[in-house]
Amino acid sequence: MKVQIDSQLCQGHGRCYDLAPDLFGEDDEGYATLTALTADGNVPEGREGDIRLAAANCPESAVLVHEEALNDRR
Amino acid sequence: MTVDDRFTDSPFQKADPAELTRFEVMDGPVSDWATDFSHMDEQYAENAHEIWDDLRGRCPVAHTERFGGAWLPTRYEDVQAIAYDTEHFTSRAIIVGNYRPPLDLAPVGGVPPISSDPPFHHDARKLLLPAFTKANVAKQEITTREFCHSLINAFEGRDLVDAATEYAMHIPIRVIADMLGFPTEDTPKFKVFVENALEGVNRSPEEREASTEVLFSYLLEQVRDHIDNPRDDLTTYLINAELYGQKLAPNHVVGTMALLLIAGIDTTWSAIGASLWHLAKNPEDRKRLVEEPALRTTAVEEFLRAYAPVTMARLVKEDVELGGVEMKKEDWVLLPFPAANRDPEKFERADEVVIDREVNRHAAFGLGIHRCAGSHLARMELRVALDVWLDRIPEFSLAEGAPMRWSTGQIRGPRMLPINLG
Repeated sequence: MKVQIDSQLCQGHGRCYDLAPDLFGEDDEGYATLTALTADGNVPEGREGDIRLAAANCPESAVLVHEEALNDRR
Repeated sequence: MTVDDRFTDSPFQKADPAELTRFEVMDGPVSDWATDFSHMDEQYAENAHEIWDDLRGRCPVAHTERFGGAWLPTRYEDVQAIAYDTEHFTSRAIIVGNYRPPLDLAPVGGVPPISSDPPFHHDARKLLLPAFTKANVAKQEITTREFCHSLINAFEGRDLVDAATEYAMHIPIRVIADMLGFPTEDTPKFKVFVENALEGVNRSPEEREASTEVLFSYLLEQVRDHIDNPRDDLTTYLINAELYGQKLAPNHVVGTMALLLIAGIDTTWSAIGASLWHLAKNPEDRKRLVEEPALRTTAVEEFLRAYAPVTMARLVKEDVELGGVEMKKEDWVLLPFPAANRDPEKFERADEVVIDREVNRHAAFGLGIHRCAGSHLARMELRVALDVWLDRIPEFSLAEGAPMRWSTGQIRGPRMLPINLG
């Protein structure tokens, strides 16, 4: 699974880093970022549920989840 | 460096009466909510949820001739579309009233950045965001918690309290006074400022202007004191802040201070009060949150969804068709985020309060570029206020028969909330 923050959509509600503070962080203005655990867009094994929950709670739908790793589709 | 002379004269300017578009005050009873709604009506304050549900089923965009003409969408989809559409809708005025401010108030507006339009909005907002990140507002948590305890301590020996005016109200007032660096003894004034700004909508333009002038004079006094005695707070920060290589215009500084003071108080007061009202009426939910503190952050989101206090507003910038109606340039449009949050098309069991709701994409803090800049602060205050109350007063109930009142206008929450303790 892959995860991405769409910075055009993110408005800094912070639901993702409230729900999964080790998988998402905030920048100096409160916009969402990925963290050391997710920096390359790869979701750590066993954390798929947390990522889906964060995405489902984002009011702007700015947490983008790709269920298959992008490489698998090639 | 030269002396800062931006604040020698008051930045408050009386509007030129010729430039104000005034409307007749229509405050009679509502004949039909679909064609004659008034958010200033006591019925609306009391029964907003039922009114929105009814309108969503049959309109879904209501209209009124009051306030010179205003629209009230009730579906999530329509509220979202308006919030995202800054081409057709301006934030030049965000409180619906009986006069429209002049067109040239855009793109800054009276209280930037909430009253600002792009591209200015982005730059004015950027100045504020760092102070209100989750990490920064967390620094206020310890003092907020202590303050909540001190309010509960004052209940010692009593079995009936007004949770609206003796608890919920004081918390955001104290927090924002601390952040702006205003004297604690001035806080009783803030309640009056807030009422004038948000509930005095049907007063005459002259009366409303006079009360704004009182607020601005107070803020100017604070600015001058901070120029003489700079300190580590938001007022000094705004005085020193720069935009486009220059210090902010004096009306920008004072306007933003007005925004922080007004917007930070009524809203959080309402959210804390509505949550306590729900728990006072629903012993099952109350007991569960007393026993399972870990569930409280999830419950807070559900209270924000179900009892979202804030309805924003826009003016139509260009004629536009939305939700099946033709909105005309300069019409008012209310943005009832609380109605959107109860749309069954968007939420399962939309009319129920489900305190362990896991998926909750609510819009209590707005959508799009005007997302409430204080949302992290509000969440912290709401969580701490409920935490302290539930830990200290696990048993409480609504005092039936005692007067209870919900506010009218765009911010909805209990203004009298009689609670029996124990």
